[in-house]
Amino acid sequence: MILTPLSHISMPLLMGNNLNAWSEALVGFNLFGLPLGLVILAAIPLVFIALYSLTYGVYGERKISAFMQDRLGPMEVGKWGILQTIADILKLLQKEDIVPTSADKFLFVVGPGILFVGSFLAYAVLPFSSAFIGASLNVGLFFAIGIVAIEVVGILAAGWGSNNKWSLYGAVRSVAQIVSYEIPAAIALLCGAMMAGTLDMQKITLLQSGSYGFAHFFLFQSPIAWLPFLIYFIASLAEVNRAPFDIPEAESELVAGYFTEYSGMKFAVIFLAEYGSMFMVSAIISIVFLGGWNSPLPNIGSFALNDWTNGPVWGVFWIIMKGFFFIFVQMWLRWTLPRLRVDQLMYLCWKVLTPFAFVSFVLTAIWVIFVP
Amino acid sequence: MQELDIAGMGSVRVTRKSDNVVVLEKDLMTEQMVLAMGPQHPSTHGVLKLECLTDGEVITEAVPFLGYLHRCFEKCCENVDYPGIVPYTDRLDYLAGMNNEFAYAIAVEKLLDIEIPRRVEFIRVMVAELNRIASHLVAIGTYGIDLGAFTPFLFCFRDREHILALLEWASGARMLYNYIWVGGLAYDIPSDFNKRVKEFVDYFRPKTVELYKLLTENEIFVKRTIGIGIMPADVAINYGWSGPMLRGSGVKWDLRRNDPYSIYPELDFEVPVPDGKDSEVGDCLSRHLVRVLEMEESLKIIEQCIDKMPGTEGFNPRSAVPKRVRPKAGEVYARAENPRGELGFYIQSDGKSTKPLRCKARSSCFVNLSAMKDLSKGQLLPDLVAIIGSIDIVLGEVDR
Repeated sequence: MILTPLSHISMPLLMGNNLNAWSEALVGFNLFGLPLGLVILAAIPLVFIALYSLTYGVYGERKISAFMQDRLGPMEVGKWGILQTIADILKLLQKEDIVPTSADKFLFVVGPGILFVGSFLAYAVLPFSSAFIGASLNVGLFFAIGIVAIEVVGILAAGWGSNNKWSLYGAVRSVAQIVSYEIPAAIALLCGAMMAGTLDMQKITLLQSGSYGFAHFFLFQSPIAWLPFLIYFIASLAEVNRAPFDIPEAESELVAGYFTEYSGMKFAVIFLAEYGSMFMVSAIISIVFLGGWNSPLPNIGSFALNDWTNGPVWGVFWIIMKGFFFIFVQMWLRWTLPRLRVDQLMYLCWKVLTPFAFVSFVLTAIWVIFVP
Repeated sequence: MQELDIAGMGSVRVTRKSDNVVVLEKDLMTEQMVLAMGPQHPSTHGVLKLECLTDGEVITEAVPFLGYLHRCFEKCCENVDYPGIVPYTDRLDYLAGMNNEFAYAIAVEKLLDIEIPRRVEFIRVMVAELNRIASHLVAIGTYGIDLGAFTPFLFCFRDREHILALLEWASGARMLYNYIWVGGLAYDIPSDFNKRVKEFVDYFRPKTVELYKLLTENEIFVKRTIGIGIMPADVAINYGWSGPMLRGSGVKWDLRRNDPYSIYPELDFEVPVPDGKDSEVGDCLSRHLVRVLEMEESLKIIEQCIDKMPGTEGFNPRSAVPKRVRPKAGEVYARAENPRGELGFYIQSDGKSTKPLRCKARSSCFVNLSAMKDLSKGQLLPDLVAIIGSIDIVLGEVDR
């Protein structure tokens, strides 16, 4: 099968459902029996992820922190330092790949790999638009919650394998933290799933579309949805080890936590995994509570803003923008707040977030049953 | 013995009561781990090494190991003539060079028994108070970093930069000034200096409020510091604490008031002491609060210095600087209130040489740090970091 020439597709059609047909045509594109089209299609989000992680994630963090701290941030490599991250990655690539002599070599090498895979596997079930989802699982949300837990294994392997006391502290703290915070996070997401009546991420998103734009989002659909929304946001900060819950890598206490001994590309992989996770939790919160790829703009009479700004390509725009917004909030918090202590962190999880998550669970259930 | 073999595994504690009776005790305690914190650790503020015995995250004992920055200050002094020691004093507490020089100059002047011009005194107090603000800004900023807040640190350094620029304008150096000489000053201040200092004071007042809102009032910051590392006033006095550390424990002791030197008796300023409303007296938050409030008092002192400073008519900053310093035989101890506490110089002269027979520096950081073992017992690792940060050590002065 040959690709439909793009010149045949006018701009409004590209934003309509014809992109679906276009992508289906791409999936069917084979060369010498190889499903090249499928590979290309799968590569698109990966390229995006890499670009995002490199340019927006790291560069954005540095520029945003610089803005908040009255500095300029990177300014030397390229215009406004845009190429700084690429230069950094090149530097990390050239570095010697050091494995400490007393380290457990297997665990040391495998740890960053598990971390990286764990954080990027969840991308498979994220619907980037009505026309694109890596794997449309009917238990997508469940998969996303579960796969994040794999990161714990990677952190523990990295921390234990390093044979460094600081790394061990970091790993033990991290495991306790992530496992604890999964409970309020999962219960909060369950509230969204209850309102949708499904665990399929694409269906959850579809249920939030409508001509009134943001009014259809689950956050505004029930009077108590803000509670699980807030709980999930706080818990997700802890799950991806961001401030003020960054105690596993608390640089003033544990040097660098579980990745103290890492350098070169292994360090870069851990770094990328962190930024990957940041976008992942931001995308999940936007999908479950803020309509995912749906446009937030409402139709006002004949001024059909919602219709104009919806479609597969717009969908990608909206979900990425929503994700970026939450990443910005994460960075904002990181550069404002001090760090909690270990016991205070656990207190917050078990005595504040978990009870409130249960409360919001019960209230949402009552709302779903009694209010049609 | 089979039991002893098990004991080797570490899960059983063995105590010999007599030759034949061996008491075996199931030991549920986890194994203690020796954790060497430093000398290359981000929050030991330099090259301090703390050897911690830890039970999980609980510190059972932390012993400071010193000397990684030892530069033989006192021995060097015995081989350099009196004015030549001034640059060495800069390098003690390198965050407060002016205050160190001030203390040393007072000591030698007391030994020589000379009068110095009034304008010199005002300039000395002004630059010393500017330096005190700069030093406290570093202390507060790095304390923020210790607790995970990075932004206040950069705000502090941004404002400190203005002070360093001012002091550089006066002395020619940013940190190691060699400005306050025995009997005078290296140079008079530049003609517009007071105007610029006034501008800085007006600029800095709102910034302290900003810093207060961002860091000191922050809920997480307060929770991390309140009730941590409490030092009762009597124990603090017994340890010989001084400066913001002692005032943090509720003792109103400030050498500028209690053992006045220079023109401090003429100036109007408060000695801030925690009242126990915002913090528990003697905890980390109290020490932090004392530093925050002291900056405000220093600004007041600077403003008064600008207002009261005599004019430049017939003024020579080196008019009282002796050509050759050869004190009579004798000894002297003079002290001054440094940002970190009491810095004292004990100088002994044999009456023949132009070099001191003995010059001992009484370092406030060293004395404050000595309480580390008491303060750290039973604390969590993050609290240990909070305590070290609140002591505000400068290893240059600890090790000398």
